[in-house]
Amino acid sequence: MERIPILKMGEFLLVTIQVDMHDRLAMALQDDLTNSIVKNLSRGVLIDISSVEIVDSFIGRMLSNIAAMSRILDAKTVVVGMQPSVAITLVDLGLSLPGVRTALNVERGMALLRDSIGRQEIGDADSND
Amino acid sequence: MNTMTPSPLTKVLQKYESELLTEWIGAQVAGSSRGRIPESEVREQSRQFLAALRPAVAGDNLTGIGAQEWAAVRDILKDLSRSRAAQGATPSETANFVFALRDPLLVRLEQEAGTHADQASMRRSVSKMVDHLGLFTFEMFQKTREDLIARQQQEMLELSTPVVKLYDQILALPLIGTLDSARTQVVMENLLQRIVETGAEIAIIDITGVPTVDTLVAQHLLKAVAAARLMGADCIISGIRPQIAQTIVHLGVELSDVATKATMAGAFALALQRLGLCVRRIPKAPTNPGEK
Repeated sequence: MERIPILKMGEFLLVTIQVDMHDRLAMALQDDLTNSIVKNLSRGVLIDISSVEIVDSFIGRMLSNIAAMSRILDAKTVVVGMQPSVAITLVDLGLSLPGVRTALNVERGMALLRDSIGRQEIGDADSND
Repeated sequence: MNTMTPSPLTKVLQKYESELLTEWIGAQVAGSSRGRIPESEVREQSRQFLAALRPAVAGDNLTGIGAQEWAAVRDILKDLSRSRAAQGATPSETANFVFALRDPLLVRLEQEAGTHADQASMRRSVSKMVDHLGLFTFEMFQKTREDLIARQQQEMLELSTPVVKLYDQILALPLIGTLDSARTQVVMENLLQRIVETGAEIAIIDITGVPTVDTLVAQHLLKAVAAARLMGADCIISGIRPQIAQTIVHLGVELSDVATKATMAGAFALALQRLGLCVRRIPKAPTNPGEK
């Protein structure tokens, strides 16, 4: 069975979705991703959907689910590279992905993750004092 | 139908062409309150119309003006309606072009064929023909106006949704006019496209030019904001006038998820602050009199 590759980049995980998502693939991705987060103690997950042209409510829900699972495992999720047409479709479907952070491209998403994690560490350091 | 002997109408049109023309033009000039259209033009149009009418009525098909033989007449009326609409003539003035022909035509027809009872059906169908032509003119006139409105609507749609780059990574979207769902779609597409092109992080939606904000408009705005957020851009809504702020609260529209500012300047300041930028005054270089 085909799987979506999950790349480890330091303390982040990078997932690039380049194929049409179907139910089993999405379930497998959720499975793999949660396992990888735990195994690598990842702090952030970057999901690149710049090659996704068509979305439905299922993909929207999947993105929300992944974000929620990562949050429970203390990793931040950023969805990057959404196409304008995809954004419009998701909004029309009533899925504005609350709780999911977004960025224009991988570079910005990486900066966002670093920024938020850095801020969190400063906050932790402050509370330890 | 007997096509061998020409109908009385054809005879009238042939025999009294110049008289008909003079009487018709007289009626037209009397009918229009203002002399907006020069008489020479009216004369030329009337002459062309009569010339086209003669072969058209030869077929004795007086009421079926959709038929092939009426094509020339229809074209003339179409052009006339179009030019009259462009010249700013009223609908009645335009329809009067055709309706003014009825009386001269009926009078001459009576002269030619008498007021005999068997001619009554002839007169009725001539009258009907004029009615049909008049209605056709009117329809064409209206169609021209509707085309104009549709074109202007389209132009408005294209013109009124500019997305302006205010600064590196800051876009502004000044909205003018009412937001309906069709416009929201165009606005949203433009905005998202520009976000991709410029890599903007912040978009300021200015609604100073939006006359009223009801729940529907607010919903459309929030949709645009949500779509921009999915692309990784934050939105700030600015230009909220006091009345609009009151309306929004009275309607119970929830805008708390979006940063709102009263003015575009305030929104721009907030955008700069979010990007970690600031504007400061450059200290004036001390003027050194020795350098003069």
